[in-house]
Amino acid sequence: MNAVLEFFTKSLAIAEMELRKLLRDPMELLSRAVQPVLWLAIFGQVFSRVRGIPIGNVSYLSFMTPGILAQSVLFTAIFYGIAVIWERDLGIIHKLLASPTPRGALVFGKAIAAGFRGLVQAVIIYLIALAMHISLRTDPIAVIGVLAAVVLGSAVFSTFSLIIACIVKTRERFMGIGQVLTMPLFFASNAIYPLSLMPDWLKVVANVNPLTYLVDALRMLMIDGGQGAHSLLMNFTVLGVVFIVFVFIAAKLYPTLVG
Amino acid sequence: MAAVTVQHGAHELAIETSHLTRRFGDFTAIDQLNLSVPYGGIFGLLGPNGAGKSTLIKMLTTLMKPSEGSARVAGFDIVQAPGEVRKRIGYVPQLLSADGALTGVENLMLSAKLYGIPGAEQKQRVDEALHYMGLSDSARQLVKRYSGGMIRRLELAQAMIHRPAILFLDEPTIGLDPVACQSVWDRLKALNKEHGMTILMTSHFMDEVDELCDTVAILHQGRLAASDTPEQLKDAVGDEATMTDVFAYFSGGNLDREGSYRDVGQTRMTAKRLG
Ligand SMILES: Nc1ncnc2c1ncn2[C@@H]1O[C@H](COP(=O)(O)OP(=O)(O)OP(=O)(O)O)[C@@H](O)[C@H]1O
Ligand SMILES: [Mg+2]
Repeated sequence: MNAVLEFFTKSLAIAEMELRKLLRDPMELLSRAVQPVLWLAIFGQVFSRVRGIPIGNVSYLSFMTPGILAQSVLFTAIFYGIAVIWERDLGIIHKLLASPTPRGALVFGKAIAAGFRGLVQAVIIYLIALAMHISLRTDPIAVIGVLAAVVLGSAVFSTFSLIIACIVKTRERFMGIGQVLTMPLFFASNAIYPLSLMPDWLKVVANVNPLTYLVDALRMLMIDGGQGAHSLLMNFTVLGVVFIVFVFIAAKLYPTLVG
Repeated sequence: MAAVTVQHGAHELAIETSHLTRRFGDFTAIDQLNLSVPYGGIFGLLGPNGAGKSTLIKMLTTLMKPSEGSARVAGFDIVQAPGEVRKRIGYVPQLLSADGALTGVENLMLSAKLYGIPGAEQKQRVDEALHYMGLSDSARQLVKRYSGGMIRRLELAQAMIHRPAILFLDEPTIGLDPVACQSVWDRLKALNKEHGMTILMTSHFMDEVDELCDTVAILHQGRLAASDTPEQLKDAVGDEATMTDVFAYFSGGNLDREGSYRDVGQTRMTAKRLG
């Protein structure tokens, strides 16, 4: 079998089984709708009354909706690594690593499944936004673009999570680090306020935070009149490159999970 | 399972290690080990908790790199050509390796795909493996509802679906009741006799060793303390010696000092999850 073909068929085999597990437990996915509702309905409503946030010609709720979708993608993906620790404690990882499966395919397959989780989040946020009468772009190009960005963003953060799992290796340490990382990633981004409002040091952090590029792409694609700081091409390129680098790192670290 | 006879060169060894060594920090878990396992038999690897059995298996199955020395498995070097080794072996770890959130069929389909069995053959191979392991009736149940014996048989089915030359089994019957043990033993004998799979297994269970193994090696503190047929070893230890006597004799008799909290934890964890 040709190596590239092998990589993708085996990645899909891993992704398929992850999806089967996911679909058996839809409550877990749906429960993740609660948090974005709270952010939009409470935080969003209150902040809509604040004048003078430089967000262009859109309402604050519109401005923040793509940010909340990105947040939801981040929060769902960032704990993905816990499943790998579980598989390690059992011995499933041992079985997979002893099979002739490229290490990258084990990682890539999980990222595909995480992308699917992200899509479910996107559908949920679209429904919430529609219910709240936030004006969304509904042209097919825009919707496809949003979905693509969400899949890519989920892949980036789930693979990041896998890397952390490979480093810390235990459930307790992973939960600790996960909590410590999510909030800074979220607040050091343009999810709920524009970059222009940030002090310089925070701007620097935000500019190396992949979440910023995900939010920027979503803001252009998701809402009527949404404006981004970078071009779509730039946002997708950054996310794509970060993902590929993460897959390489995770594939290198994956075998250290056993032992 | 009609034509599952494994092909290999008659002159070759299934496993050959040369000064194989694995350290964890200052601690040497496997120490300059030279071991030869010919094709065709069931080879038992014994030794007290912490002797290094699982560490050795992890190296031979390419999960862990040696600190020193080398090994060939199924004709390929474990460090130079791990991919070739992986294609030719099956492995059931000491821990629990079947996915409880998937059904038996799904677990097997995943193995079939990862071992590169062509799409058109996958279903047939999966059905055969299920039938062979006596799991056809529970194929579509979630594995978390399986009994310990069924899980072990499913793991065996996963490990043999690609018809490997060598099977590595780390404590295959730990935590199983006597009936479940017997059903696993019967399958292992059949895989060895009828399909020519070479089996290397670890065990703490001397009845199992007597029942299955035609050659035995005893590891003690990472070194080979003895290696021979069970009969020869028993004769060497004394008149009417049992496998337990052999084990005690070659592992220094001081079993209480061996092992560690971690080993006990791991063993119990497996037993609990399977039970
Ligand atoms: N990743 C690791 N880091 C540090 N020490 C380890 C590691 N893995 C194993 N060891 C140590 O190496 C020794 C051999 O462990 P191993 O698991 O190979 O023993 P074993 O013979 O399989 O024991 P058991 O019969 O309890 O399964 C033990 O002392 C163990 O604590
Ligand atoms: Mg062991």
